[in-house]
Amino acid sequence: MKIIVAIKQVPERDAQVRIDAAGKWIDEADIQFAMNESDAFALEEGLRLKEQHGGEVIVITAGPERAGQTIREALAKGADRGIHIESNDLGSFDALGVARLLAAAIQPEGPDLVLTGLQSDDLGLGQTGVILAELLGLPHASLILHVEATESGFKVKRELEEGWFQNIELPRPALLTIQSGGNKLRYATLMGIKKAKTKEVRKATAAELGGDAAPVVVLEGIALPQKQRSTQILPGSAKDAAAALVEKLKFEARVL
Amino acid sequence: MSGVCVVLEQKEGAIGRIGWEALAAGQWLATKLGLPVSAAVLGADVGAIAASVASKAVSKVTRIEHPLLAQYTPDGYSLALEQFIRQDSPGYLVFPHTYQVRDFVPAIAARFGEVLISDVVAIADGPVFTRQLLQGRLQGNYLHKGSGPCFVSVQAGAFRADTVQAGAGEVAGFAPAIEAPQIRTRPEPPFRGSEQTVDLGSAQFIVSVGRGIKEAENLSIVQELAKTLGAELAASRPICDNGWLPMERQVGSSGQTVAPRLYLAVGISGAIQHLVGMKGSQCIVAINKDSEAPIFEVADYGIVGDLFEVVPALIEAMKAAKA
Repeated sequence: MKIIVAIKQVPERDAQVRIDAAGKWIDEADIQFAMNESDAFALEEGLRLKEQHGGEVIVITAGPERAGQTIREALAKGADRGIHIESNDLGSFDALGVARLLAAAIQPEGPDLVLTGLQSDDLGLGQTGVILAELLGLPHASLILHVEATESGFKVKRELEEGWFQNIELPRPALLTIQSGGNKLRYATLMGIKKAKTKEVRKATAAELGGDAAPVVVLEGIALPQKQRSTQILPGSAKDAAAALVEKLKFEARVL
Repeated sequence: MSGVCVVLEQKEGAIGRIGWEALAAGQWLATKLGLPVSAAVLGADVGAIAASVASKAVSKVTRIEHPLLAQYTPDGYSLALEQFIRQDSPGYLVFPHTYQVRDFVPAIAARFGEVLISDVVAIADGPVFTRQLLQGRLQGNYLHKGSGPCFVSVQAGAFRADTVQAGAGEVAGFAPAIEAPQIRTRPEPPFRGSEQTVDLGSAQFIVSVGRGIKEAENLSIVQELAKTLGAELAASRPICDNGWLPMERQVGSSGQTVAPRLYLAVGISGAIQHLVGMKGSQCIVAINKDSEAPIFEVADYGIVGDLFEVVPALIEAMKAAKA
């Protein structure tokens, strides 16, 4: 089975983010980056399917040079090769523009299964996978926690709202967007890290893939969120703050 | 191309609260733009629902009906709605940001060369659509530049269902052409993950714990806090994913929605998916080491500090106050 996993490099979860001078995006100077969380679960699902059924796992990413680290991390965990669509101005592409680049690079591979994370932790658009399915002409299902390969396709467990689930059957080839938490993530082994250095990473540019930005949706500017409630921060030592909180809850909010 | 069309989904034969919120958002957008607002509902038989929407201030409600829409499939719903949009040509389409909408609307938008502006929390003059970035740490303002219809989905709780204006609209029909072989996926009936024995929805006090607790062994301190307060213990998604607490104690879009008198969030950063499940609480307290954590945006009271120091101090303070 040929499995392609689309992954994205995003700012680390606890990164202290600051708005850049132009007010268009964050200042990336002092930020650490990591593999997007649900993409890591998509990769895990892909690696497990390969272990069960054989085949090949190819990771693909679109991003600047630094995103190469995330490809290496995936290769160290067991992916066989990588495709890096290298671009420094992905911010000028919208979700459809990025999905078009990915689709152009994926199409010639003729995969049996394409996996993506549910959504990115930075932009949170949650739609690259679904658009990609549309562009590739593949049936899809989103918010998937578990994948089982069947004779002619896949049986998947989809998360619904409020604690409900649903099983869905899809023919092969198909695209699935993977929800976090379905599996335990593996760590790269020392051997894996060593092997990753010799694995193939093919580079492509947006121009080679026939992509040009011309976005239909534009991120005009970013800002700190407006407060929904006025928060009283209780200062002092843990003991003082705790005592002050109990007072407030009793006599001000009157909920105790 | 003209008008704002709000596309509603039915859940157990009714429009859920988030559906009415989307209608409120659509009416708000239409007023801003000086455009008419209409609505559409998809399904096999949506007569009763269409009638309930027709009692609101909408120019018309379209019943998009076909036997193959009885069960949701992305292929069936995409085909039906695409055909309707091509006929009706609305300038704007507004959706509730549900799991179902996330599953098929981005594909329809792509068919029109457009992109869904998803999970919108506010709409300002322009129109400028505001959505959250980096798990709620920042907000981004988006503009639609495409020449096709503008697709927008609104986040649960961003607009108020009780602001929907009443009125009277006509009910229209639309019969899409769908053939069974065009539907490539086979959904089975939904099922519950586990027997729900904890009803967080009716709890008066909730102590909720997140990633900041670091390890399962550390849960005992929040368990003691919950016991002292007479509260139910709840958690954000990662805690339940790790199996440290059962799934039925999860608060958020994939878990339960709660509105207790007091919600005490311990070591929870406040990702959007968590906030939508608890921001209706009467009083929210956040304890977190990161002063910029989004949980503080919705908190009434906050303590910025190490939870391993603050929680024991809080247990002592509560015991002292009771004594």
